[in-house]
Amino acid sequence: MLGKLTWAAIPFDQPIPLLAGAVVLVAILAVLVWVVVKGHLPYLWSEWITSVDHKRIGVMYTLLACVMLLRGFSDAIMMRMQQAVAFHSNGFLPPEHYNQIFSAHGTIMIFFVAMPFVIGLMNLVVPLQLGVRDVAFPTLNSVGFWLTATGALLVNVSLVVGEFARTGWLPYPPLSELTYSPGVGVDYYLWSLEISGVGTLVAGINLVTTVLKIRTKGMTYLRMPMFCWTTLAANLLIIAAFPILTATLAMLILDRYLGFHFFTNEAGGNMMMFMNLIWAWGHPEVYILVLPAFGIFSEVVATFSGKPLFGYRSMVLATMAICIISFMVWLHHFFTMGAGADINAIFGIASMIIAVPTGVKIYNWLFTMYGGRIRFATPMLWSIGFMVTFILGGLTGVLVAVPPADFLLHNSLFLVAHFHNVIIGGVLFGAFAGYTYWFPKAFGFRLHEGLGKAAFWFWLVGFYVAFMPLYAVGFLGMTRRMQHYDVPEWRPWLLLAGFGAVLILIGIGFQIAQLVVSIRQREELRDHTGDPWDGRSLEWATASPPPVFNFAIPPDVRGEDAYWSQKALARQKATVGEPHYEAIEMPRNSPTGFICAFFATVVGFALIWHIWWMVIVGLIGAYATFVVFAWRDHDEYEIPADEVARIDRLNIAERRDMVSAAGSLS
Amino acid sequence: MSAVTLGHDEAATPHALEKEHLGPAPKRIVTGYGFWIFILSDMVMFSCFFAAFAVLSGQTAGGPHGAELFNLKNVAIETGCLLLSSFVCGMASIAAEERNAFWFQISMAVTCALGLAFLFIEFREFADLVARGAGPSRSAFLSAFFTLVGCHGLHVSAGILWLLTMMAQVFAKGFRADIQRRFLCFALFWHALDIIWVAVFSVVYLLGSAA
Repeated sequence: MLGKLTWAAIPFDQPIPLLAGAVVLVAILAVLVWVVVKGHLPYLWSEWITSVDHKRIGVMYTLLACVMLLRGFSDAIMMRMQQAVAFHSNGFLPPEHYNQIFSAHGTIMIFFVAMPFVIGLMNLVVPLQLGVRDVAFPTLNSVGFWLTATGALLVNVSLVVGEFARTGWLPYPPLSELTYSPGVGVDYYLWSLEISGVGTLVAGINLVTTVLKIRTKGMTYLRMPMFCWTTLAANLLIIAAFPILTATLAMLILDRYLGFHFFTNEAGGNMMMFMNLIWAWGHPEVYILVLPAFGIFSEVVATFSGKPLFGYRSMVLATMAICIISFMVWLHHFFTMGAGADINAIFGIASMIIAVPTGVKIYNWLFTMYGGRIRFATPMLWSIGFMVTFILGGLTGVLVAVPPADFLLHNSLFLVAHFHNVIIGGVLFGAFAGYTYWFPKAFGFRLHEGLGKAAFWFWLVGFYVAFMPLYAVGFLGMTRRMQHYDVPEWRPWLLLAGFGAVLILIGIGFQIAQLVVSIRQREELRDHTGDPWDGRSLEWATASPPPVFNFAIPPDVRGEDAYWSQKALARQKATVGEPHYEAIEMPRNSPTGFICAFFATVVGFALIWHIWWMVIVGLIGAYATFVVFAWRDHDEYEIPADEVARIDRLNIAERRDMVSAAGSLS
Repeated sequence: MSAVTLGHDEAATPHALEKEHLGPAPKRIVTGYGFWIFILSDMVMFSCFFAAFAVLSGQTAGGPHGAELFNLKNVAIETGCLLLSSFVCGMASIAAEERNAFWFQISMAVTCALGLAFLFIEFREFADLVARGAGPSRSAFLSAFFTLVGCHGLHVSAGILWLLTMMAQVFAKGFRADIQRRFLCFALFWHALDIIWVAVFSVVYLLGSAA
């Protein structure tokens, strides 16, 4: 009746996951009870869960990323504590648990922190920057988000029901085959990523179509803000790369469920094919994450330097060059496979070439700052911290791109230090910069500056203290994923790294405090005009938070830095005539995404535990949802012209006050 | 800045503006474009299965080769069914454009029948192989074969489910704009499956039988 699922699946003998699961469960229940008792449920349902508004979906993506960051970081600090104490001892985490923790840490941080963070910011900002009212496929957007949430949910269910994979964040066969991993851990991994992978693909299709087909009047390609370009590049990569992930994991699923022989030791299976396929997705994935971050830095650096972005066209070229070359370097993840010196040399050279457009970007940001009136607000601090940190991570990357050096450093902590250096220093710092920069746009008030700066410094210093020692132990020969060790030379470095993790913990504490304090002081931090940073692109041309239709009158773009030139015009003329308002049609909210994800969760869980009848029920439910959605007659509603005018006049009045106040001051 | 000077020039002729971007594309374009991108991503997925097949096609583990297994006559009939169904689907597109419900439903029904015939032949081939001890777990070659061809078959099955839904929608709601857009996507999907099949036919069956 319930397949492989029995009471034995609950790890009663392991206090840590059980306790952690209990805490999470109590927290979720507490939030649910609070929501229901306070009567927020109808609001939550109609305004958020069923929302097809790209801004709300963007916020939900980002929220998911922040919550999962806490989970992923808990794993991280447990690993650092384990390695700090596990010298000549077993530490406090038994091997089978430790292996689950490092697998879950990588999986969560990449798929459920970095991905939803950048997709969330792209969703929130890109339609605003393009000067349009919505994305190309609003309901599909909601489906994509909820499928991602399903994946995250399944990974977290594995904490309490059953186990998670012990095979690392990429489940290399033959270890991940049924023979060597008979439990449900790998199945949890596979199904949560298959489901969330569909969600990501949907988001990619949606955003590419939006950038290419839905731009406001006059917004030609070479007038788009840099963030739109990097969004386009990253989502093109999603479309080209994520199907590879889906196919590869499907092959592993067939091996495990139906006895196929893609990657097995027997019957002609080829495990190295898995390495090739998974990294043909995995390397572009790195750029899917970091390109949007590059876009964020471009926006932030230009705004806080008070100058247009230096070398805009070279930046566009560099972005698209990275987009293409990122598909030509995958083999550098396994130089030790033995493909031969020629092939290794070609991929080594390609890996060094991809550093060139990245270098172009760094110089462009530096020259944007050069001669500018730089304001050191929190987003700018993250950007400068990024530039320094990312150059370092890039240099160690070029080092491991040299095949002979890679043979020494392969699978060592040097590699771990390298990719944390680029992912934390690049993607995460970018996400935090974007979070601070666009928070007022999403919620109408700024985040507390002092606490934000404190968080930045603890993160930056904590990062260096936590990861520079790992370069050193990597050189000392320490391989990754060690549950215990007995080399005395490694000990001091690992203690230092553990201390660094504590500093990062304090940084996260400051970020939570920043959010709480900012919500409490929101009246003082209120962004009245919608343009708190003196911004340059169109998202600042509307109110904060923007009305559901974003722009009462679709902007007419006449050049680069669209909003900057509008402002310059407005100051010269000082009068703006009342525009002619028209009624606006907007898509209706729909529970389709949420219900789809509900059935996806049911199907995923049933597949993991081999509960076949439940799989069928779930699939029928999903198809029924699809038909019901296809059957509806009214998918849009109209906002009357009077209402549009009322909302827009409020914002125009605020802005006029600002312009006249600025005029009287100068 | 050039943008500001451009802004000064209020008397820019409408002709000059027309050369620029005119704003968001109409819904029909957006939907079709998005669906094209989906099809491209689907083809990337198929290309992985093709790559796996190419890598593993010689790995028979002492089991049968393609030349011993494939019945090209069967495959030819299968191919005929699928290509013909695409042609009839094209007729349905014309009927939809003409808003002729009668010919639309007839064409779709024929498309459906041809698709089902294709699936039936494929299913019989699979069942026959399994009965002869050449199932997907016999060798890596057969794993890759069943996955690649089966994935195409799954797409055709999903397409038939979609086709029936489309027929019901047109019957219940007529040729509304959103339903026309959906049908446009369906037609793209159905034709794309043909393109995939041509590749399957050449790479798996023709090359496989020669080996």
